[in-house]
Amino acid sequence: MDPELLRRLLRAKDRIDAASHEAWPVGRLARVSHVSEAHFARSFKQAFGLPPHRYLLTRRLERAKALLRDTTMPILDIALQTGWNSLGTFGRVFRDVNGTSPSDWRAHEHAGRHDLERVPHCFVSAAYRPGLTSAVSEKRRRERPAKKEPSHKPEVL
Amino acid sequence: MSQGIGVVGLYVRDQDEALEFYVDKLGFHVHTDAQNGSFRWLTVQHPEQPSLQLGLFKPQAPVLDEATAQTMSEVVAKGAMPPLVLNVDDCRAAYERMRARGVEFTQAPEERYGNVDANFRDPSGNGWKMIESRRTQ
Repeated sequence: MDPELLRRLLRAKDRIDAASHEAWPVGRLARVSHVSEAHFARSFKQAFGLPPHRYLLTRRLERAKALLRDTTMPILDIALQTGWNSLGTFGRVFRDVNGTSPSDWRAHEHAGRHDLERVPHCFVSAAYRPGLTSAVSEKRRRERPAKKEPSHKPEVL
Repeated sequence: MSQGIGVVGLYVRDQDEALEFYVDKLGFHVHTDAQNGSFRWLTVQHPEQPSLQLGLFKPQAPVLDEATAQTMSEVVAKGAMPPLVLNVDDCRAAYERMRARGVEFTQAPEERYGNVDANFRDPSGNGWKMIESRRTQ
């Protein structure tokens, strides 16, 4: 790929990293990178290995995990602060991706604290970023084949 | 000191641009700028760290074949090179000073557990974390 284009796509990725709690529709990201919307989604995936909306999701979950681990904030507040509109959606996606509920994950993390003070915060945090090689809805379908899909359309993430 | 790390190199997309960035915007000094054919050995230094040179190299032939040079250019441009850390006495002041000079910050100063840090990138895409480190006496 053209390095100049990659550098501009990186700018959009940096903007997601800096404010993952904000809404990042493709149009907004495409403007950051100075490319068309259609070109943006395709190029971003080619450059970074996953579509922009899913990258955003990994960053939100990473941040939520850091807050679950490092604070005593109520889970609802964490959900709202990391970009979800409801506790229900947050809990469902968190469980789908991590296989455990936010509160169980928090309890487990608190049980075994690790000495990571000498490592810069963002690198510690990055270890908690989920590797979403497939869509969350697809992962959900694969892992619960017997369960009936909810009648409402799953939120596209 | 006669032993230790002497040069650590970065890949940059354009050495003139990188020189302007590291010297004019970040306040580094040029240590060596030597052209040899199409190859340019360019290193800069932090003013308070004379024992270490930071190389600003272009991924290019004849050191790399063309396909590898292209790959390295892509890796740098997508921000996939390893992180760099710049220690400063006052992160917020350094942020204001550097931002006024046009440095692209990807994270404004934030305080975490008593430490302040910020992130910026060089024009090529190399990512720096700027960490406030109070001097230990």
